[in-house]
Amino acid sequence: MPRFVVDVMPKPEILDPQGKAVLGALPRLGFGGVTEVRQGKRFELDIEGEDGDELLARVHAMAETLLSNPVIEDFEVHVEGTDA
Amino acid sequence: MRVGVVTFPGSLDDVDAARAARIAGHEAVALWHGDHDLRGVDAVVLPGGFSYGDYLRCGAISRFAPVMTEVVSAARGGLPVLGICNGFQILCESHLLPGALIRNDHRKFVCRDQRLRVENPRTAWTSAYDQGAEITVVLKNGEGAYVADEDTLDRLEGEGRVVVRYLDGNPNGSQRDIAGITNEAGNVVGLMPHPEHAVEDLCGPGTDGLGFFTSLLAGRVGAS
Repeated sequence: MPRFVVDVMPKPEILDPQGKAVLGALPRLGFGGVTEVRQGKRFELDIEGEDGDELLARVHAMAETLLSNPVIEDFEVHVEGTDA
Repeated sequence: MRVGVVTFPGSLDDVDAARAARIAGHEAVALWHGDHDLRGVDAVVLPGGFSYGDYLRCGAISRFAPVMTEVVSAARGGLPVLGICNGFQILCESHLLPGALIRNDHRKFVCRDQRLRVENPRTAWTSAYDQGAEITVVLKNGEGAYVADEDTLDRLEGEGRVVVRYLDGNPNGSQRDIAGITNEAGNVVGLMPHPEHAVEDLCGPGTDGLGFFTSLLAGRVGAS
């Protein structure tokens, strides 16, 4: 059963207050040199069936419909264990 | 008029919204998120709260509740729909309204009396106000920053679809101080502030919010 990973990130032009809060906390803990933090979400989906274009298309549809809001977020899909 | 108020798991302000509808002279009809019909109501309010725990994104799960299929379809047919706070987030997630609501830029929850200017008194929910009327209602949200791309913002401004705008400082980082918007037809309105909490002198900052609910009557008179 293939595991699909969907990474959802706020679009670059959208303010990310959570990322900014993390960015502010890091130097207070002694972690210097961090210039930017963006916080997103990672989904792992185990799906019945054979890994292939059809399943990939279905995961894309899930990501577009529910897992991300295309107005404010971008997403990337990959099968676990692969780079793309 | 019969005004339906939808209760989702996690809705908070459904009772206040129903009460506001009654004070404005309407019959309030309780609608449940699992309903597949709207019980013949003449208008629908999506109330504030944290429907489905705000899981995933605010409004993202509610959008797919059975009752929302009916609301979206009826709204496209002209049914007046008002989304307040979480209801506004649901309307954006449903694509009945453009843009999205993200976390307040200062990262803190806001709860205060908020002055607003009514920029568009031609919607189904604002016809009781004068153009430019300044009103004070409650604002309470953690994810109330309205965002959209520049083209969308320009179109909203150009078409007069910004319904209410924040005065006395931007409370949450909303682009162009936008507190509420409408669709092209003017029957769907979403706003972050809570007019249903400002309908009686006994509690809240006054009765400035009542106009959102009395506007429905005015709209019907105008249409008949």
